[in-house]
Amino acid sequence: MTAPILSLQSVSKTFFLAGREVRAVDDVSIDVAEGECLAIVGESGSGKSTLANMILGVYPPTAGTIAYRGTPLPARRELKHRRLIQFVQQNPLSALNPQRSVGVSLRLALDVHGIGKKSERRAEVGRLLEEVGLPASFMTRAPAALSGGQRQRVAIARALACRSEIVVLDEPTSALDVLVQARVLRLLQELRKARGLTYVFITHDLSVVRNIAERVAVFEKGRLVETGATGTIFSTPERPYTRRLIGAVPVVTDAEMALREQLTEEFTGERNESA
Amino acid sequence: MRRALFILLRNPLSLIGIILVAVVVLSALSADFLTPFPADRGAAVHFELANQPPDWPHIFGTDLVGRDLFSRIIFAYRISLFLGVVVLAIAVPVGVTIGLVAGYFGGWIEFLLMRITDVFLSIPPLVLAMSIMGVLAPTLTNGMLAVTAMWWPWYTRLVYNLARSEKEEGYVLAAEIIGASKPHILFREILPNCVPAILTKMTLDMGFVILIVSSLSFLGLGVQPPTPDLGSMVAEGAGYMPDSWWLTVFPGLAILFAVFGFNLLGDALRELLGVEQ
Amino acid sequence: MTSPTLRIDDLRLSFRTWRGLTEVLHGVSLHIRKGERVALVGESGSGKSVTARIVLGLLQELKSSRIDGVVEFEGRDLEKLSAAERHKLRGTKMSMIFQDPTTALNPVYTIGMQFREVLGRRVKGISQRQARDVATAALADVSIRDADRILASYPFQLSGGMNQRVMIAMALANEPSLLIADEPGTALDVTVQAQTLQLMRALVERHQTAVLFISHNLGVVREFADRVYVIYKGRIVEHGTAVGLFADPRHPYTRALMEAVPHITGGGIPEIDEESAAFSAPMAVHEGCAEPGASA
Repeated sequence: MTAPILSLQSVSKTFFLAGREVRAVDDVSIDVAEGECLAIVGESGSGKSTLANMILGVYPPTAGTIAYRGTPLPARRELKHRRLIQFVQQNPLSALNPQRSVGVSLRLALDVHGIGKKSERRAEVGRLLEEVGLPASFMTRAPAALSGGQRQRVAIARALACRSEIVVLDEPTSALDVLVQARVLRLLQELRKARGLTYVFITHDLSVVRNIAERVAVFEKGRLVETGATGTIFSTPERPYTRRLIGAVPVVTDAEMALREQLTEEFTGERNESA
Repeated sequence: MRRALFILLRNPLSLIGIILVAVVVLSALSADFLTPFPADRGAAVHFELANQPPDWPHIFGTDLVGRDLFSRIIFAYRISLFLGVVVLAIAVPVGVTIGLVAGYFGGWIEFLLMRITDVFLSIPPLVLAMSIMGVLAPTLTNGMLAVTAMWWPWYTRLVYNLARSEKEEGYVLAAEIIGASKPHILFREILPNCVPAILTKMTLDMGFVILIVSSLSFLGLGVQPPTPDLGSMVAEGAGYMPDSWWLTVFPGLAILFAVFGFNLLGDALRELLGVEQ
Repeated sequence: MTSPTLRIDDLRLSFRTWRGLTEVLHGVSLHIRKGERVALVGESGSGKSVTARIVLGLLQELKSSRIDGVVEFEGRDLEKLSAAERHKLRGTKMSMIFQDPTTALNPVYTIGMQFREVLGRRVKGISQRQARDVATAALADVSIRDADRILASYPFQLSGGMNQRVMIAMALANEPSLLIADEPGTALDVTVQAQTLQLMRALVERHQTAVLFISHNLGVVREFADRVYVIYKGRIVEHGTAVGLFADPRHPYTRALMEAVPHITGGGIPEIDEESAAFSAPMAVHEGCAEPGASA
């Protein structure tokens, strides 16, 4: 059997805040299969962003290992590791350097990883822009001249530029308008199919998760409390926490209302969490 | 471009600043052709013309040895601007680099660099310059050295604060995850976002450098005679007030003119480039 | 017949920029009756937030803005009021809840001090004891029972959800007749957001407060509002009761929005255009939802 593309074994992360020990991620083990979209869901403080940062190598785990195709990744990532795992962040306003053109921002990844001949990189930047549904002429534009959705497309192109295999998406559409969100989500789906990408999709928006992920991992206070196929999690969630999360999603159709009611029926949640 | 015009024309003070600076810079650059008596910039002596009030062709009058005051003021601008450019050309790169490094890396590097900066900032600038020039000989080079030594920490402070907030921006994280080198992140990602604030400060500082160089010269520590300098001209003439008022008033006004101009231009740039205060 | 709490008629707003005059609201009309919860739904840049700012009288003082049309609050034309009178309305008869409670509260004052300031806007020179009693009652309304501890706390010592509740209590403490809620709870977790909305709904129902609810989230609007205006590029494109509009969206833009929202029942991500010529179709008004005093 081949090893999963990404494998986390007993990963923990502890921070020291004002002399107090905070376990942001607590003994998490999970495998990500090649080509799948795994959603990591949870509320703020659940540890999902810390987990993303560890996968990306922003900081190493306090304990446990993160392995790529069976080989543990070192605490200090080398260039070849960085190339494999890339990142799309939440805020399209700050994701691109306002003082540099779109093309220059995209080219960085090509230059750093020595992808293609120097003379061909300009054309490659154009191809990348077209791949995310933007005209190649956008390479000369400043980020300020782009809409939020267009900027997020550029950020996606940048994540793909170095021919990454795994993309960590941290709330990639939650700052976007609904219509724009739908388009960007579709683009992400198409790119995954075309390039055979693996997504780790971090979000608090369960309605997005329902429609884009194959598998869901639910996080609560740094712990992985439930995993399963998306359909199963949404039809028969085991944990009260998961049910509460789904039950709180604002919905627009009657069918959704019915599902929510059915999930919250047998469950009476504790009210009034304290400050 | 049209946006720039819109902002500049909305505030007439900006326009005045641009005109003042343009007049100062252009006259300094073309001093050789513009001044009626270019030879008077040096150690010329015309006793027959000494100490004459403003009149044609000496529109600002003449000094104690008969040199044309107007010509000397224009040449003094040239020296002042040159000094300003040299001081900033050394102080800005040094200050900016230290600020970038301290702001981005943090930790003990930040602590060390910023405490050194604080030491320089805590000494009053003129006192520092005077003590350096007191120990060394009062030459022009030492004067510039002194002024430079007291100028860079302000750029370090400015850029340090900017870099600390810029490094939290998503594009810095993205560059780190791509695997870009530290120099790239410092100078190609963070620095461009500090440039508007740096440019604005440099413009304002041109005025202040002129003022400080003049102050040093006034105290006899700056530009040495016979090279014309606004500060030493004011000092020289001060003893002959109020009878020979033109000896002091015109160089004094010239300092005011330049400093005021650079300040207005700096404010205009700040608005134009959207720099927060 | 009594006049509605808020009536906006043919509101136009332009900004003077370096490109010349840019119109951002092209004739918006809406009304809210006493105790009604009305939502203004739109995407970013649609003009929903500037509308709220005009109602609060915040844009009138801006030199670069030009406002045409009528904004009537309890039958009084805001345009005819002086800046000082408009200022007096804010925080007393009209109040506001913001998107991010943590930044809307001043971090250097305790909740108690901020409460007293808010209450002092209605009762000049309110005593500390009086203020504390009113604040305690207002906090009890939002299910905060340990009022003494909360009043002595600084905003950063409380959770986002708690701050949001404090904001709601403060906004309603002066018994306003109109509450403007700009994307309340968007910065919070979904479970906290859901609780907050339930709480707010119950409170405004009890106090008969009219609410102008600004949001981009259709789901939230469906759960909170009685009546809905959909705004697109500075124009109202559809107006109806919440029940009617969600059951039968008529304007192409509203339909596109509804389709674009991902559903927890699945169905995938639909293929939808970000823009379409159809979105500029004329306004769709549902039965019984005409503007009061409209000529037609």
